[in-house]
Amino acid sequence: MQTRAPSSSDKCLLDVQGLRTWFHTRAGVVKAVDGVTLQVKQGEILGLVGESGSGKTITGFSLMNLVDKPGRIRADRLFFDGRDLQALSAKEYRALRGNEIAMIFQDPMMTLNPTLRVDTQMIETVQAHQRVSRSAARARSIDMLVKVGIPAPEERMSVYPHHLSGGMRQRIAIAMALLNSPKLIIADEPTTALDVTIQGQILYEVQKLCRETGTALIWITHDLAIVSGLADRLAVMYAGRIVEMAPTADIIRGARHAYTHGLMASIPTFDTRGKSLFQIPGSTPSPLNMPEGCPFRTRCYRATSQCVKEPVFEETAPAHGVSCWHPGIET
Amino acid sequence: MTQMDIALASPALPAKRESMLRLFAQQFITSKLAVLGLILLVLFLCLAIFAPWIAPQNPFDIGKLNIMDSKLPPGSVSSSSAMTYWLGSDGQARDVFSAILYGLRISLIVGFVSVSAAFVIGTMVGLISAYFGGRIGALLMRIVDIQLSFPAILVALVLLSVLGKGVDKVIIALVAVQWAYFARAARGAAIVERNKEYVQAARCMSLSWQRILWRHIFPNCIPPLMVIATIDLAHAIALEATLSFLGVGVPVTEPSLGMLISNGFEFMMSGAYWIAFFPGIALALVVVAINLVGDHLRDILNPRNEI
Repeated sequence: MQTRAPSSSDKCLLDVQGLRTWFHTRAGVVKAVDGVTLQVKQGEILGLVGESGSGKTITGFSLMNLVDKPGRIRADRLFFDGRDLQALSAKEYRALRGNEIAMIFQDPMMTLNPTLRVDTQMIETVQAHQRVSRSAARARSIDMLVKVGIPAPEERMSVYPHHLSGGMRQRIAIAMALLNSPKLIIADEPTTALDVTIQGQILYEVQKLCRETGTALIWITHDLAIVSGLADRLAVMYAGRIVEMAPTADIIRGARHAYTHGLMASIPTFDTRGKSLFQIPGSTPSPLNMPEGCPFRTRCYRATSQCVKEPVFEETAPAHGVSCWHPGIET
Repeated sequence: MTQMDIALASPALPAKRESMLRLFAQQFITSKLAVLGLILLVLFLCLAIFAPWIAPQNPFDIGKLNIMDSKLPPGSVSSSSAMTYWLGSDGQARDVFSAILYGLRISLIVGFVSVSAAFVIGTMVGLISAYFGGRIGALLMRIVDIQLSFPAILVALVLLSVLGKGVDKVIIALVAVQWAYFARAARGAAIVERNKEYVQAARCMSLSWQRILWRHIFPNCIPPLMVIATIDLAHAIALEATLSFLGVGVPVTEPSLGMLISNGFEFMMSGAYWIAFFPGIALALVVVAINLVGDHLRDILNPRNEI
């Protein structure tokens, strides 16, 4: 994989190796995240793609250290900005969360507290990390609302969330994530609950802001089409593991993993017009009952007896890693 | 810039900011019975608050009482012709109407103070146990379960027999039997709220747990707690009357409605029905009025009934 380069522009911001978040339930151990390895460079946009239940959201929460019992987070290496996250105390993690790493959630109807006004929520976000006066925090909040494209921000500050539309609320949630100028934003399907036009606007807005401020972004989504226009690199997740990771263009042109092929083929295009879309056979295996070896082998057309053994994540091309015994470009 | 223009062209903000309170009021007046209950309740509150100015006689000023006027039926004129006993007079020549006004004061004070205290204590316990869960939460909830498995009147009787008489002691006993209802309701509501995304978002912002619990979760738990508070207010007043009637509640020097009923009870058989009857009517009206308001509150604050 990528090694940490000394030059500052290429500096590795987040380095995760072998992240395992297991839930020790009465029914057994649920390995929601089982050996995720990924790196994010400063200012880079990484798309984390996978279907429901593949562990994308839990990966995000694990990085924030917000996994509740019975979940347990372990990793071989978990470094953020040169610091070992596993060695941080609860207090140090709190200083990091919302300040250097921020998160944006899926449903804008739910991420803002319905009983508090927008200004209250924004000001307390600033004041949670910095000793600034209310008026200074307020001024910064208004600045940020302007940046995310909210017209008449002063007016919007003094209303309750239910007065605002979904797109408006998601913009406010994004503004809140950006308030403390974080180095990394984890966006968990922030446009899924919005209609397509608003989706486009939000995508454009977020990308612009991240490029301007040099903020790194992990965009978690199940929609490969959305993220391919946004991300520098893509990581494809399946059953709690990263199965393929490469620069976006390489994945679009030449995905190696059979699962990524399936995802690509299920996007409607002009070529597939009028024909029925490709569908990956079967469904995600139950996390309590994972097949041995490669988790995808039960649904994979390339599977052989070799797949019973755990595949190794290897680079098949420069910066293009894949976890498969039979990687190949052709479908 | 085009993105900005689109956003500017379609500002999705309502022209008028409808206030939550007005919406609530609009919903509340849909039930005539509840409005009637509220009017009655406000009337009783006013009567209780302004009792010293409304009452024709101070029933506790023994010097003003004329023993010749004892047990006069409703509508009798006093021997000095200064006033009319509209609701009769009792064994010590007290005007029953004045006694009811003063009794209403005690009853309502006991009710409001005990419910407020139970609300605060119960909500704290419920929210903390919901937010932290684990062993502390389980322990707190088992205490609540034990508390709720005893009949309220039994717990109150035992407590008062230990504590003795007095308005403050009755309040303590009522808080002790009522906080558990609030704890259970607050926990239920808070567990639902805790798993909502805005709480996750607040945790991602690293807000302190106190702030998340009191500023973010608590306001969203208020509706069910308000319903319990109104219904418990009626319970508290009725329970205090029961305790006073049994002779373990308020002292004779500070008679509540229950105490007045108890005092008049001995005259029932001798025909002086009004001494116990009118305080009884007053008590029933207060409890019914509060219940009418509480029932309708439950209907409009129930999330399942929302559009």
